[in-house]
Amino acid sequence: MGKMKDDVVLQVDDLSIVYHTIRGDVKATNNVSFELRKGEAMALIGESGSGKTTISLSLIRKLPKNAEVTQGQVLYQRENGEVQDILQLSNRQLREFRWQDCAMVFQGAQNAFNPVLKVSKQFEDTARAHGWSDKKAVRQRSLELLKLVRLDPERVYDAYPHELSGGMKQRTLLALSVLLSPQIVILDEPTTALDILTQRAIIDVLNDMQEKLNFSIIFISHDLSLAAEMADVVATVYAGEIIEIGPVNDMFYESLHPYTFGLLAAVPKLDHEQDVLTSIKGTPPNLINPPSGCKFHPRCRFVLDRCNVDVPALTEDLGSHLAACWNKEAVVEARKEQV
Amino acid sequence: MSEPIMQLESIYRSFKKDRTDIPVLQDVNFAVNNLEFLCLVGESGCGKTTTGKILAGLLPPSSGKIYFEGQDITTLRGSARNHYRRSVQIIHQDPYASLNPTHTIYEMLSFPLFHHKFVRGKHQARERVWELLELVDLTPVEDVIDKYPYQLSGGQRQRVSIARALTTNPSVIVADESVSMVDVSIRIGLLQMMMNLRDELDVTIVFITHDLALAKYFAWEGRIGVMYLGRLVEIGKTQELIATPRHPYTKVLLSAIPEPDPEKTRAKRHIQLRSEDIPRLTELPDGCTFHPRCPWYVEGVCDVDVPRLGIPANDSNNTVEVACIPVQRGEELRLYES
Ligand SMILES: Nc1ncnc2c1ncn2[C@@H]1O[C@H](COP(=O)(O)OP(=O)(O)OP(=O)(O)O)[C@@H](O)[C@H]1O
Ligand SMILES: Nc1ncnc2c1ncn2[C@@H]1O[C@H](COP(=O)(O)OP(=O)(O)O)[C@@H](O)[C@H]1O
Ligand code: SF4
Ligand SMILES: [Mg+2]
Ligand SMILES: [Mg+2]
Repeated sequence: MGKMKDDVVLQVDDLSIVYHTIRGDVKATNNVSFELRKGEAMALIGESGSGKTTISLSLIRKLPKNAEVTQGQVLYQRENGEVQDILQLSNRQLREFRWQDCAMVFQGAQNAFNPVLKVSKQFEDTARAHGWSDKKAVRQRSLELLKLVRLDPERVYDAYPHELSGGMKQRTLLALSVLLSPQIVILDEPTTALDILTQRAIIDVLNDMQEKLNFSIIFISHDLSLAAEMADVVATVYAGEIIEIGPVNDMFYESLHPYTFGLLAAVPKLDHEQDVLTSIKGTPPNLINPPSGCKFHPRCRFVLDRCNVDVPALTEDLGSHLAACWNKEAVVEARKEQV
Repeated sequence: MSEPIMQLESIYRSFKKDRTDIPVLQDVNFAVNNLEFLCLVGESGCGKTTTGKILAGLLPPSSGKIYFEGQDITTLRGSARNHYRRSVQIIHQDPYASLNPTHTIYEMLSFPLFHHKFVRGKHQARERVWELLELVDLTPVEDVIDKYPYQLSGGQRQRVSIARALTTNPSVIVADESVSMVDVSIRIGLLQMMMNLRDELDVTIVFITHDLALAKYFAWEGRIGVMYLGRLVEIGKTQELIATPRHPYTKVLLSAIPEPDPEKTRAKRHIQLRSEDIPRLTELPDGCTFHPRCPWYVEGVCDVDVPRLGIPANDSNNTVEVACIPVQRGEELRLYES
């Protein structure tokens, strides 16, 4: 198995995934590569349908049946330095990997709680499936975690899901996700569909949890503000590709890709000034027949002649900030003019 | 400020469920001024859509009065009533559910034109539909006019909904979460198009959203009304409401929202609620319904008296109304300590 840097827990190399459909192959993930460091929070941002969920499902091998991984590897490094390719795990290994090494909270999962099972039962079942059947110990650990997510532990542990509000369910799921002390937690749209004040509570809880338990997070969101607040590293996904990735401040203050730059220029802010905003022209592409060259070229205000022919690679510019674009200089210039 | 084109006066609305009355709106009072940018904001379930439907005459209030152009709409008959119904249009929250999938865009838009006798004959209808599609920037029109809704993107469908609302030459449009389902990169274009309609067609738009930053952008020159559990708790000029929110709920809300700027959002101070539980509409707290959560709660006042919208004592410009008794008295807010 390939070598990984010591501080990296997950390394995705050149991953491509298609969905086979009657209308043709949906190229939902293309040549995606990234590294997730220990204790780091990474945000995947992008519009609906850009492929965020597909990437995250592949990391725990939960893709739907019509999906096919056409190339790539997903390397996972255990605490003892052992490296495995998730895509090659046997079913038994995979069952262990999920929850123990990597837990995922799915999009809208707060609605997917089994309604007839008490919260305690769902915690116990998860523990037992991983060979931990000492109910008392499970209970003790669960209560600690429920407290960590700022719930009334006893009350919630004994409750049925319908007795909990959406925000309480989401926090219960967060507690459940770390029950078996995974190194990685994946969160798909963790605050979407929750109210503002509930979202705030979830964000605060997540920050607390990460500080205390020190796991790595991959979270997916179409909400740039959430990424600004929670992420150490941000990756922009467009048409199934990571087109820019870098430390959160670089991404927000010195974005290099026209799409990230355009998204930021389209988001209203809450400060006391009037916003000057512009949309990106056109609409996101269809992934059955995506545009040639740079997939963003039909919408790009900085497009060059070569952009519809040559595919730009995700290349390094400054340290760990990477962007896939032939005309980054133009973005840098445009930003200068903005201020 | 311009004259009100619509007014809601002491609107109450409840729904029956399992033989209990759920109070969804209580004592809602506000005016929609002609050609102002007015935005209603609030969290899910606070009654925004219900208020919008009541404005548009799609849902009768349980009690209270609705005025359109100065007239109580329950007194309108015949052509006056038709005039009101045509003049106030609503764009529904769900762009998928609201367009009939079996009709082309042309059919969908020409139907109300014929129905209200705005056009005669197919030729005129097509011309008018063409014009409407141009107004909402669905160009080139020939690529869109004969398509079915499923052949359009979410953003395009939303533009069709807007064009359909325009068929009756309305003077008021209630736009319920009209850009929320649309992707960030194209959302602002849609909103800007709607804002331009005001000048092009003299139409007043009441914009409903749960997104305060979006509300700020839309209503920068206008007003924002903040709703909580079926009541309007603060309404005032946007620029002031954002810079100096008065109502505790508005303050908490503004402090809680993350911002798309890493340094700013991480430095933001979040006001802690006393309780995170949102009360059910069936078990609303006494007094101010925000009091169990309010960080500035005053015992003996907030849990007893129901606050109505009013101008705070220390507000000299009369630009904001707040439903909070301590704020109305002009008291310095002090954090509650139990
Ligand atoms: N026809 C109905 N029957 C029963 N209850 C209803 C009905 N319509 C609305 N409600 C209830 O009234 C309350 C307010 O609903 P409304 O749709 O106005 O909220 P909203 O502010 O628009 O929320 P959202 O942001 O989720 O769209 C909710 O509790 C809702 O469940
Ligand atoms: N089971 C599926 N079958 C076919 N296409 C799918 C399936 N799931 C997702 N897709 C398509 O793959 C693309 C990426 O989807 P997804 O990963 O869900 O994006 P996101 O999470 O960013 O919204 C979209 O074009 C979507 O329509
Ligand atoms: S490669 Fe060309 S089209 Fe793509 S983002 Fe850069 S400038 Fe725009
Ligand atoms: Mg998704
Ligand atoms: Mg609504």
